[in-house]
Amino acid sequence: MQDLTVNLDTKLDALIAQHQNMPGALLPLLHAIQDNIGFVPESSYMSISKALSLSVAEVHGVVTFYHHFRTHKPGRHILQICRAESCQSMGSEALEAHAKKCLNIDYHQTTPDQNITLEPVYCLGNCALSPAVMMDEEVYGRMTPADLDALVAEVAA
Amino acid sequence: MTTKVYIPRDSSALSMGAEKVAFAIALEAKKRGLEVEIIRNGSRGLYWLETMLEIATDKGRMAYGPVKVKDVVSLFDADFLNGQAHALSLGLTEELDWLKKQQRLTFARVGITDPISLDDYIAHDGYNGLKNALKMSGADIVQTVTDSGLRGRGGAAFPTGIKWKTVLGCESEIKYIVCNADEGDSGTFSDRMIMENDPYVLIEGMTIAGIAVGATQGYIYLRSEYPHALVALNTAIEIAKEAGYLGDNILNRGKAFHLEVRRAAGAYVCGEETSLLESLEGKRGLVRFKPPLPAIEGLFGKPTVVNNVISLATVPIILDKGAQFYADYGMGRSRGTLPIQLAGNIKHGGLVELAFGITLRELLYDFGGGSATGKPIRAVQVGGPLGAFLPESQFDTPLDYEEFGKIWAVLGHGGIVAFDDTVDMAKMARYAFEFCAIESCGKCTPCRIGAVRGAEVVDKIIAGKDVTKNIKLVRDLSDTMLNGSLCALGGMTPYPVLSAMNHFPEDFELKQAKAAA
Repeated sequence: MQDLTVNLDTKLDALIAQHQNMPGALLPLLHAIQDNIGFVPESSYMSISKALSLSVAEVHGVVTFYHHFRTHKPGRHILQICRAESCQSMGSEALEAHAKKCLNIDYHQTTPDQNITLEPVYCLGNCALSPAVMMDEEVYGRMTPADLDALVAEVAA
Repeated sequence: MTTKVYIPRDSSALSMGAEKVAFAIALEAKKRGLEVEIIRNGSRGLYWLETMLEIATDKGRMAYGPVKVKDVVSLFDADFLNGQAHALSLGLTEELDWLKKQQRLTFARVGITDPISLDDYIAHDGYNGLKNALKMSGADIVQTVTDSGLRGRGGAAFPTGIKWKTVLGCESEIKYIVCNADEGDSGTFSDRMIMENDPYVLIEGMTIAGIAVGATQGYIYLRSEYPHALVALNTAIEIAKEAGYLGDNILNRGKAFHLEVRRAAGAYVCGEETSLLESLEGKRGLVRFKPPLPAIEGLFGKPTVVNNVISLATVPIILDKGAQFYADYGMGRSRGTLPIQLAGNIKHGGLVELAFGITLRELLYDFGGGSATGKPIRAVQVGGPLGAFLPESQFDTPLDYEEFGKIWAVLGHGGIVAFDDTVDMAKMARYAFEFCAIESCGKCTPCRIGAVRGAEVVDKIIAGKDVTKNIKLVRDLSDTMLNGSLCALGGMTPYPVLSAMNHFPEDFELKQAKAAA
């Protein structure tokens, strides 16, 4: 992720130009922004709303409706722990508690070194290999607290 | 001689280290100067054996699993490339009991082919259905789907052919085919498996749907938690386009169909069809009032077919082999097969496709091998977070939409989550309310407020406070949610709550005594 203060506006304009003529453009545009700069800054609402002929309130409404979109810069890595029933049946509660304790943060928080943001997730589609977690774009199955420690250590390196 | 080694690219296989295993095998082969061709196939769905490798031999494909990186050297030492025995040998894949007992129709190719290879798809009966459909009238295609008895596999079980007929009958220049790939139910992964492991079958099914009802644009609304499915679908769509299976003139027969994948954004409620359409239009995923039905006024106000991944992916085999072939499977009004997902606390979890009619007990013990922890299975939840919890006394219920309806349960998307005897059903009831509160779209009051209040009242029960009075309160509230909610999220949250209270009353009633002690 680059320093966003530099090219944010140019980037944003390019992404808006790429997406604004799609039918139902808002979600694809928000995804593109978040993929590109890691989050959807509130400062982008004005340009988005103008380009798509929406009110700022409508843009804000959509961004905040969906769990996937975030309005603040996350850590370098995002660790999602599945909280759904299948993972619960295989001890995900202990895994959650372990993650919070060893990272010393709660859900929706980032470690002080800005390395890991911890998020809950409700099903990763890996239910035959519960409990599951997702680190960035990869799913890990049959996780034990020790496996989780190893995974955290891997991205800390 | 080059040996073909199959290593799955399915994300559950990857979650057990398939990528590292593939890398280690390539490296070790190079070190030993052996020629191997690594094919990244789909998963066979025997997930407890992942990473499961297969070697192509004269006798057929030999399986080894579960393989970890540390096993790779010893596999080479044992000459596994020639199908020789090793501690992880499973024998011929085709002879594996777990697979042999299944009836794979929708999943016919899954695990066998390279998901991205169009040639492989076509060599395994792919696009036969589309070729037949191109020779038929729209009405005949719709009639074939109706005659097959196929019902919506997303959970609502509405006859697919009837939905298509409504859209076919609408006068409109523009119509849409929307695939609901927002698989959010815990315990389900069959949509993901199809999209990652046989994406062309979904593309073919949607193309047939488009030709049948006269729609030229399709959207796949894919959950954001499935990045590998996104890549697989987009790659397959590009290849299909180039080969003339998508575009303005499909196979030079003058029919057009275009397809685009749209990413969802982590809202469970967007699996509800009207909420999904709002989301596709770029809005908050608020549930719409019905009528109008989406079939008449759907996406951007136009007639729209909204079908689940499995429903659409089942269409090609129906058009290939005929309605009767499919309808010959199943029981009662549940025709054909159901891709069942065994999940949770289960020894042998994975994908089991079978005709309707098998019992839960057979699935949990004959296929599942009992719980993963070795303790008795105390409860199963069938049909996702809005499905009922079933006790052991109901394990002999056959999988059939109507039979499940009789015991106040649902089959849903065919996900089965097992729990051993350590489960606290009061906690599960609380979670059902909590989940509904997190995921409610907020449009209707019973769901938005009811879920929050429900969780609070169950908290009081768990704390042993006025248990009898509060159990009655939860029942009253559930009644309001059941009858007064706009969609299934609020309307079905009472299923897990009430079934937990009805079948496992001891987990609720004893709280008071415990608190007093």
